Amino acid sequence: MLNINDLHARVEDTAILHGLNLEVKPGEVHAIMGPNGAGKSTLGNVLAGRPGYEVTGGSVTYKGNDLLELEAEERARAGVFLAFQYPVEIPGVSNMEFLKASVDAIRTARGDDVMSSMDFIKLAREKCKAVDLPQDFLKRGVNEGFSGGEKKRNELLQMMLLEPSLCILDETDSGLDIDALQVVARGVNALRSPDRGIIVVTHYQRLLDYIVPDYVHVLAKGRIVKSGGRELALELEKHGYSWIDEEVA
Amino acid sequence: MSENIDQYLKSEYSAGWITDIESLTIPPGLNEDVIRLISAKKQEPEWMLEWRLKAYRAWLEMKEPEWAHVVYPKPDFQALSYYSSPKSMEDGPQSLDEVDPELLRTYEKLGIPVHEQEVLAGVAVDMVFDSVSVGTTFRQKLKDAGVIFCPISEAVHEYPELVKKYLGSVVPQKDNFYAALNSAVFSDGSFVYIPKGVRCPMELSTYFRINEAKTGQFERTLIIADEGSQVSYLEGCTAPMRDENQLHAAVVELVALDDADIKYSTVQNWYPGDAQGKGGIYNFVTKRGIAHNRSKISWTQVETGSAVTWKYPSCILKGDDSIGEFYSVALTSNYQQADTGTKMIHLGKNTRSTIIAKGISAKQSSNSYRGLVKMNPGAEGARNYTQCDSLLIGDKCGAHTFPYIESKNPTAVIEHEATTSKVSDDQLFLCQQRGIDAEKAVSMIVNGFCKDVFRELPMEFAVEAGKLLEVSLEGAVG
Repeated sequence: MLNINDLHARVEDTAILHGLNLEVKPGEVHAIMGPNGAGKSTLGNVLAGRPGYEVTGGSVTYKGNDLLELEAEERARAGVFLAFQYPVEIPGVSNMEFLKASVDAIRTARGDDVMSSMDFIKLAREKCKAVDLPQDFLKRGVNEGFSGGEKKRNELLQMMLLEPSLCILDETDSGLDIDALQVVARGVNALRSPDRGIIVVTHYQRLLDYIVPDYVHVLAKGRIVKSGGRELALELEKHGYSWIDEEVA
Repeated sequence: MSENIDQYLKSEYSAGWITDIESLTIPPGLNEDVIRLISAKKQEPEWMLEWRLKAYRAWLEMKEPEWAHVVYPKPDFQALSYYSSPKSMEDGPQSLDEVDPELLRTYEKLGIPVHEQEVLAGVAVDMVFDSVSVGTTFRQKLKDAGVIFCPISEAVHEYPELVKKYLGSVVPQKDNFYAALNSAVFSDGSFVYIPKGVRCPMELSTYFRINEAKTGQFERTLIIADEGSQVSYLEGCTAPMRDENQLHAAVVELVALDDADIKYSTVQNWYPGDAQGKGGIYNFVTKRGIAHNRSKISWTQVETGSAVTWKYPSCILKGDDSIGEFYSVALTSNYQQADTGTKMIHLGKNTRSTIIAKGISAKQSSNSYRGLVKMNPGAEGARNYTQCDSLLIGDKCGAHTFPYIESKNPTAVIEHEATTSKVSDDQLFLCQQRGIDAEKAVSMIVNGFCKDVFRELPMEFAVEAGKLLEVSLEGAVG
């Protein structure tokens, strides 16, 4: 489903990714771990097409097409979803209005009918329950005055409503207490399916106790330097990232 | 990245066409003879002419105000024509059936309900074309309720006592340069009188259209709500696209007697000039209301048009427990300049005022809020709450806030909040990452920003205002 080949990218004048390779097949959950500054967030932003992130080499194929050719909203409509590390606020625009516009745009792109407002409200309420967000969050401005945990659950809510093919979670666990972490993990696990790929970007192995990945990759200095199974994450926890640094050097 | 935002900011002005109609336009220039001619065309009584001449003589002594945060070449007042009327209207007001169909088509094309039988016509409309009123709908129905809604030129003849008593009572002839000019040459506008205890059975509205080139429009509106009455009035305006600037200098006076309630809403969409800043209307307007005991005046304005806007709808809260409100959205794009806000003058005890002003600036435009809150010594227990928010789109525009606060009563409470924010690239990216294209995203963000004001508009207008913002921002982000 996703094939990243020798990807180089920079943000403004700083080169961050230096030849990254990764393949994600439908149904797989990949965890990307690494020290701060390794390029973890850059990877998610490049895949989602964030302005300011420039690809300087390599290729990314998604469902057989060149992903890098597409505009950000086209990637989203094609099923690429990025759960943000720091979701921004949009004051005055209600969550419900935002979610409806989003779901409408994506359903239209897929060729599905636009949902009626009544059906949509029903669905949104149902999904709110699943991520443990009170329903009045639907009436509030997008992320406006939400706590860190509420913002992350709101990201999860969007992911559940949009049903993307490829989910990229950018340090979704950062700033979450253990209860919130479990809610998020439960939500992500519910989305695991044979036709969906999931990339979990995280600094800590803690999240992987709850979302058990099929593969773990270590990202350092802009490249995947080590790949393995679940046990790699535990090893990292034990030895820290300096162990990788030594090995790479 | 802000260049991305810019590319979406091309605006299409949809009301920019010209009605091809024969007009009688008096030659350019302004002197006492011109004023006599205007007065004669309207067959005005002597007192009205004297009133105009007094204003004209005062105007000659006055200077154009220069304190506003706007820059523009001063109009040449001798190069303008002060009166233009469709030839078919020469013989004065006619009944709707007799109005030139071409004129009615102009309003139909602008989406104004001109036929009383139309389903959506829950609104009575006075149509002002250049210097004259061409028709007013639902006059009979309103008359049955005791409500007077007619062109002001007609009110001078039919209701001289009311006009004499109230004209200039809120905005005196010498109030300011443009108000004095308007008092001297005003041609048409609407007159409204709601009798004691009457709740006006429908929305009233006036639609102003400038059509003729090289003319100024100087309309005058006077609304009197007698004790315990209630009225909601809407005003809309458009003009053709032209390379030269045109002047629109209006005066609106509102009188809310004891326990009366006046809601005045404006959607101002005068031609704003092109993307290079050429052409457009100079909109220099004086609007003010006086609120007596326990009465309420509420101004709501959505300002998207005009090359230069100079406008401060204000309230004099004279009576005890009276209420003044000002809700404003001002959007500027391209080279538009707006200096707009309000004055809340608290005279009576326990008077209350609320000011919610939202400024949106895009491209190279400049958008200023200017507001005065004044608590006079008698304003025991008066309260004001002001909130001024500016939203910037791109990095070449400017937003400015000039709040003036004067309090001469220690028991008065004044609160002021101000914010400035930008439509950020992060907000846009969040929307795009969720499949929403940038243009829709900007319109959603801007509409969200304006929500507090749109809520105050009558329903039909709220939808129109939202659409208008969308058009003005068409192509605005990336």
